[in-house]
Amino acid sequence: MSESTNTESSRRDFLKAGALVAGVTLGPGVLFYGIAHSRAPEEGASSAKRWGMLIDTTKCGDGCNDCVTACNTENGLSGKTGPQDSQWIRKVDIKDLRSGFVQSLPMMCQHCENPPCVDVCPTGASMKRADGIVLVDRHICIGCRYCMMACPYKARSFVHEPLTDQNPEVPRGKGCVESCTFCVQRVDRDEQPACVEACNTKSHQAMIFGDLKDPESAVAKALKAYDSVEVRADMGLNTGVRYQGI
Amino acid sequence: MATNEYCANKQECKTTQFWLLLGLGGLIVLSALYAFFTLEHHGHVLTGMNNQVVWGLPHVFAVLLIVAASGVLNIASIGSVFGKSVYKARAPLSGMLALAMLSGGLAVLVLDLGRPDRLIVAMTYYNFKSIFAWNMIFYNGFFAIVGLYLLTLMDRKMNAWSKPVGFVAFLWRLGLTTATGSIFGFIAARSGYNSALMAPMFIVMSFGYGLAVFMVVQSAMYYWNDQLLDVNVRRRMKNLLAVFVGASLYFTIVFHLTNLYFAKQWEYERFILLDGGIYTTTFWVGQIILGGIVPLILLFIPRSGGAGSGKTERICFCFLAPLLVVLGGLAQMYVTIIGGQAFPMPLFPGHEVSSTFYDGVVASYSPSKWEWMLGIGGVGIAFLLTVIAVRVFKFMPHDDFEELKMRRATD
Repeated sequence: MSESTNTESSRRDFLKAGALVAGVTLGPGVLFYGIAHSRAPEEGASSAKRWGMLIDTTKCGDGCNDCVTACNTENGLSGKTGPQDSQWIRKVDIKDLRSGFVQSLPMMCQHCENPPCVDVCPTGASMKRADGIVLVDRHICIGCRYCMMACPYKARSFVHEPLTDQNPEVPRGKGCVESCTFCVQRVDRDEQPACVEACNTKSHQAMIFGDLKDPESAVAKALKAYDSVEVRADMGLNTGVRYQGI
Repeated sequence: MATNEYCANKQECKTTQFWLLLGLGGLIVLSALYAFFTLEHHGHVLTGMNNQVVWGLPHVFAVLLIVAASGVLNIASIGSVFGKSVYKARAPLSGMLALAMLSGGLAVLVLDLGRPDRLIVAMTYYNFKSIFAWNMIFYNGFFAIVGLYLLTLMDRKMNAWSKPVGFVAFLWRLGLTTATGSIFGFIAARSGYNSALMAPMFIVMSFGYGLAVFMVVQSAMYYWNDQLLDVNVRRRMKNLLAVFVGASLYFTIVFHLTNLYFAKQWEYERFILLDGGIYTTTFWVGQIILGGIVPLILLFIPRSGGAGSGKTERICFCFLAPLLVVLGGLAQMYVTIIGGQAFPMPLFPGHEVSSTFYDGVVASYSPSKWEWMLGIGGVGIAFLLTVIAVRVFKFMPHDDFEELKMRRATD
């Protein structure tokens, strides 16, 4: 009898200890997962989403360059504007030749659904993620610059000289081509791209970023509510970035 | 006897001159290598290339060499595929020149990459939607097929295969130049490209550039051996060159006329034809006058003057006119490649555009000495390979004049 009680208690102890060990082991993981609630890096991008942006040029501040500065800081760009310097986003001033109407707007990689840079890249380094973000695989870019020839938006830059003091999250390198990534490192953490955040901080609210496939997202609702256009719509690229007010 | 040691043809044994030529070619290639290592270390910041003009002078030389390489093989094709015996005698030299020039052109293309150390990546990762990737396949295949073709031409045991292999080589070279022209033709975004005419125009131009290079090399070889090229062979080749130069001019006119018909292309045409500065000058003076009209005059005027087979005619036919055609080729590539990029992309049609990234303005580009060294180095590689090849193999054309006479009688 006493032997069976001993056995019973030791089994309970074992189960208790086991539950404790399992809790200690799994708990933090579950907790962190709950905190982060973003997808794991190995999970990969999902085609259920398509990241995109709507830019309201009527709200874009004339002379304001905050989106450009924020991009440079986030991605470790020098901010220099020489012919050989990288510019992932730039402010473009346009003037209607007939009416004389002047506007200012940010221009960057338009993250096309049918990106010419991806079509022409000989090695496949230029690629589009499942969620629509167009990127350059730095490991297989050979620096041929054919993508720069093909991009209708002049969105890409070639790294002309050795780089120092890089942002570890945004690896760049001499001899490779690069462009706006929609701040993919931030998007994967469910954050907004740096340019959008900077625009909102300035209260311009000219840029709305989000999932174009989610009808409840702010960007999808805005696109449904207002008329918007693609730049070089004649190319039929179905850009992820659209403009309102031009 | 010792002086004859390294030469396949006894009459070619001018050893001192041979070493001098070898030294000259070697120096040019060495300077290109020096430029390459400097650029590899410091980056393209030392070149005139920038984020607006991304392909510069090295590409001008590289594409010209590649296009001329496919064109020079035409001589062999006329012999093997179309059975003309004058050209058959020249097929080995034509094949060798094609390989030498493709080597030079590809070397420049590779050495100008941002990451030339990743050549193995370019050879192992293929995006088959990219015409550039197809070009790599065409280039590699060209080496293999033309190499085999040369073997069938030069090894008597394999002679019987020269016709079918020559036919494959002919088709392959048409594919190669189509792909090279399409590198530009498939760029929909830029006004200067985006045309189905690019591929056939490059093919026609390749005929001219290739034949011109062949005529210069052939003339140099005859001069070297104190021989005179048969006047009928010479006349045949110069007439063919005139046809190719005329056809190139025709394609150029049609290309620009088509653009002039499209309202959205007017600004680009105004840029190239009227107020594009260096590009307008290079187009009219380099490509059209020096590379087209003057060679045509040189090829036809002396004959009408009744000079017959005189020395002036020889120099005009064999050196001057073909050299000008090659120079015109260089001008054409400069206008096509650099001019096409310098002209601003139509980001917002109907608007005046400006930005810190040089939108809406003509991009500035002036090649640095490193680019010249690299580009000319490609010509140096082709030259060096040719000098060695004609020394160690029998590439000197040997015409069978009896057969020629018979053919002429039956033609």
